[in-house]
Amino acid sequence: MDEGPRKSRQRWWYLLLLVQFVLCLWVPLYNKLEPSFIGLPFFYWFQLLLVLIGAALTAIVYFATEK
Amino acid sequence: MQNVNWTILIIFIALFGFITWLGFISARWRKGDLELLSEWGLGGRRFGTVVTWFLIGGDIYTAYTFIAVPALAYGAGAVAFFAVPYTIMIYPILFVVFPRMWQVCHRHGYITAADFVRGRYGNRWLALAITLSGIVATMPYIALQLVGLQVVIGGIGIYGEGWVGDIPLIIAFVILAAFTYTSGLRAPAAIAIVKDVLIYLTAFAAVIVIPIELGGFGKIFAAVPATKLLLAAPKGATTGAYGAYATLALGSAMALFLYPHSMTSILSASSGHAVRRNSAMLPLYSLMLGLLTLLGFFVIAAGIDKLPEFAEGFARYKASFAAPAILLWAFPSWFVGIGFAAIGIGALVPAAIMSIAAANLYTRNIHREFINPGIAAKDEAQIAKWVSLIVKAGALIFILFLPLQYAIQLQLLGGIWIIQTFPAVVCGLFTRKLNDWALLLGWLAGTVAGTWMAAVMNFSATYPLVIGGWTFPGYAALYTIVLNLAVAVILTPILNALSSTPPADETLATDYQA
Repeated sequence: MDEGPRKSRQRWWYLLLLVQFVLCLWVPLYNKLEPSFIGLPFFYWFQLLLVLIGAALTAIVYFATEK
Repeated sequence: MQNVNWTILIIFIALFGFITWLGFISARWRKGDLELLSEWGLGGRRFGTVVTWFLIGGDIYTAYTFIAVPALAYGAGAVAFFAVPYTIMIYPILFVVFPRMWQVCHRHGYITAADFVRGRYGNRWLALAITLSGIVATMPYIALQLVGLQVVIGGIGIYGEGWVGDIPLIIAFVILAAFTYTSGLRAPAAIAIVKDVLIYLTAFAAVIVIPIELGGFGKIFAAVPATKLLLAAPKGATTGAYGAYATLALGSAMALFLYPHSMTSILSASSGHAVRRNSAMLPLYSLMLGLLTLLGFFVIAAGIDKLPEFAEGFARYKASFAAPAILLWAFPSWFVGIGFAAIGIGALVPAAIMSIAAANLYTRNIHREFINPGIAAKDEAQIAKWVSLIVKAGALIFILFLPLQYAIQLQLLGGIWIIQTFPAVVCGLFTRKLNDWALLLGWLAGTVAGTWMAAVMNFSATYPLVIGGWTFPGYAALYTIVLNLAVAVILTPILNALSSTPPADETLATDYQA
């Protein structure tokens, strides 16, 4: 019956989800044209990349906290 | 009618015919007793991970989104991309909060957020406030779906003057109403699968083919005016466009899953695990939405708005014509037919879910609570079916007889109103510490302040909050939810001290866990 400590250790994984909030809300970080990627200004490709980063982080937390 | 593109029209009608058939036969899918509200209005809570993915995707990435977001990019530029951080941040919220919602609703047979609030706080007036926010926020949203449909029908070349021009919209509405009535939530769930296959096909074809035709992304963005490429950097004592962008994204993200139609899709999943898995899988839709936003820039780069053949469309629908125009410009007619059908069907799916959600709310939280508490389960489902028809008819009348501007303004207000349910619903999933009357007063303060902010800004989403010489232009929904929470937290100890009865709560801590 060591459910308790395991559960509380699992909780820390949820902090990873904050990363996407910080990156999304820190607008000056990405309101730039350069570096561009295949002709897309940084502003656009960075936020599209953030979608993938966000999905990956959520997936990591899912697998880490799923029993 | 002389400019009708028959190829587009035939493919459009064929696909609409197919989904109509699908809508009706879906009543037999994972068969249940459609005379029960949980069967008609939640599909019997039997949808697995994959169907839930299509259902939530079809629910939140709507026809209106596919028209309005590229239109905003075309008209206003970079700010339109706020839809991307917005739809990134919704998923961690979905992941952490809503599996708990699924669990407690499953355990107690709750069908709406207001059902949960009623059980959690034992306060019918707080539940009524949640219900009203939900219904009032949903109605204009349904109306705007019909606008998305209207724009693509115009794109086919069917304009017509007066009521004759409205016939296609009325036909689509009757189809929608009929299959929703007979099949309930199973119909949009089945149709969402078809719609999403079509929309992914269109979106990915568009972002691959059009940049090639236009000579690459470098050339496209070189043609976009510098003021539209990035947000304006704030100057002086203000957070300027940065603050507006961030607060719009965050406020919209906090509001989204509070909408009744989002809740309906979540609760129809077969388990909390299906909801958790979907939080990592649904961002594929955000990626597609981000790519579709770029269509607005493609229109500028190709100079489509200056071409005579699209002059009438832009004159009628303004910037909303951007997405249909670029598809017409870039693709052969048969493919445009697929794309337009995807957008058109993309209007019917969320409109069906929204009308079901509003009907569930009325039936459970107004009719059963205040009018006929002893209602039989069978009559409950029958009332919901009728209300779903009334709700849709109301949306149709709104679009046919009132200026479009009203629907857009009301939808903006809807976001401000629905976010006010956050403390009672989301905080309520984690703690029962807040006093129910304090929550109700917080809801009232937030609703009144938010409506006032929007009204004085002439229904612009952002309000310039001034604190200590600094100006913070930001989304009124986010500012007023802070006020709402503050009122609830400050009044809780006071109202608890005045009350002689212990707080009611029919749920247990274990009800929220898998």
